[in-house]
Amino acid sequence: MPSLKDLKNRIASVKSTRKITSAMKMVAASKLRRAQDHAESSRPYARFILRMTQDLARTIEISPESSPLLVGREKVQTVLLIVLTSDRGLCGAFNGSIIRETRRRIVALEKEGKTVRLVCVGRKAYSLLHREHEDKILHKVESAAKKQIDLADAQELEDRLITLFEEGAFDVAHIIFNRFKSAISQIVSVEQLIPFGVPQANDNETEGRLACEIFEPEQNALMAALLRRNLTAQLFADLMESSAGEQGARMTAMDNATRNAGDMIDRLTLNYNRSRQAYITKELIEIISGAEAV
Amino acid sequence: MSNQMQFELASPQKLACSKPVVMVTVPGGEGDFGVLAGHAPMATTVAMGVVEAYEHDQTTVTDRWFVAGGFCEVEGDRCTVMADQVIPVKDLKRDVLEEEIAVFAKTAANDSDAAQKMAIAQAKLLVAV
Repeated sequence: MPSLKDLKNRIASVKSTRKITSAMKMVAASKLRRAQDHAESSRPYARFILRMTQDLARTIEISPESSPLLVGREKVQTVLLIVLTSDRGLCGAFNGSIIRETRRRIVALEKEGKTVRLVCVGRKAYSLLHREHEDKILHKVESAAKKQIDLADAQELEDRLITLFEEGAFDVAHIIFNRFKSAISQIVSVEQLIPFGVPQANDNETEGRLACEIFEPEQNALMAALLRRNLTAQLFADLMESSAGEQGARMTAMDNATRNAGDMIDRLTLNYNRSRQAYITKELIEIISGAEAV
Repeated sequence: MSNQMQFELASPQKLACSKPVVMVTVPGGEGDFGVLAGHAPMATTVAMGVVEAYEHDQTTVTDRWFVAGGFCEVEGDRCTVMADQVIPVKDLKRDVLEEEIAVFAKTAANDSDAAQKMAIAQAKLLVAV
């Protein structure tokens, strides 16, 4: 049985924890709004450029000289996983679910006899993966306490990926990230970034769209520029989704923590009151039985 | 056939415009061009310059934006410009741009990034009112 003083201290410490978690919730909520606006307003560009790349990929003549970024390499041996996580913890299952998916994929791919390489974006990805997979990590990015993701971050990552691809460090790249659905739900998504792939001609989505007739500059040069731009745009959009998701996850996690702390305080206060009453009763009995003895 | 088409202008950060217009002129990578409804499908790069939208007829410009390069796709009754930067021309201020250029000019000689930013600022200055 803890003493009254212990209980009192305990209640005080849980109360201050609750203050911290509820402050963190407020901060996350206000950051979430901004991040969500940014993520939503960056979607049209990514969608347009993806649509244009698809249209062009459908029209363009595929030849052996076509960019490997479009058609891929003949032999797919090395698979690159780009892992998007946050820099900070305390955001519930946000990073955990990404890492779990990554580990699952690593095991599955290795079973198929593929070589796996990793690019870690966000401090958490590296700190959670480097123990078992240090040898696989090709590159890591830490957005270190930056307020806002800008296009330059995506550009830098894209440059790095292209260099690695051209060096032959990988043949296929997938990105694993949290897609922002709502403040309480983020969906772990996996997308193939490299190669772009040639869409099927009988695809329902593209039906009824006209094939391009005019290209300036000529189609292969245009395609090469567009593929890189598309990669940057998709990375940028995914980074935005992930950062909005992070704030959402943190808000929910901190909300739960605050509520939990409240419950705990109630329980402890009840305990405290009970012990106090028992203590008073005991003292009274002692006094009365002392008086009776006289 | 209607004489209007859907015009969409987006930068990576946001959708600057999405509305039906009569005509658009775009600074293409290999020369400026105009797009009317029913244009042949086309895909092209976009150079630094001004995109102009004619909302009601072919003679009056209703909106002007400065764009810092990108891509343009014309397909069916739709014209989509995806630009790296989109700024309404009326928001460009000469004095602010001149200051910017002065700042970049100091480092432009040995910093390609600053040189590029200076080029963009200079192009903006040309169209600023």
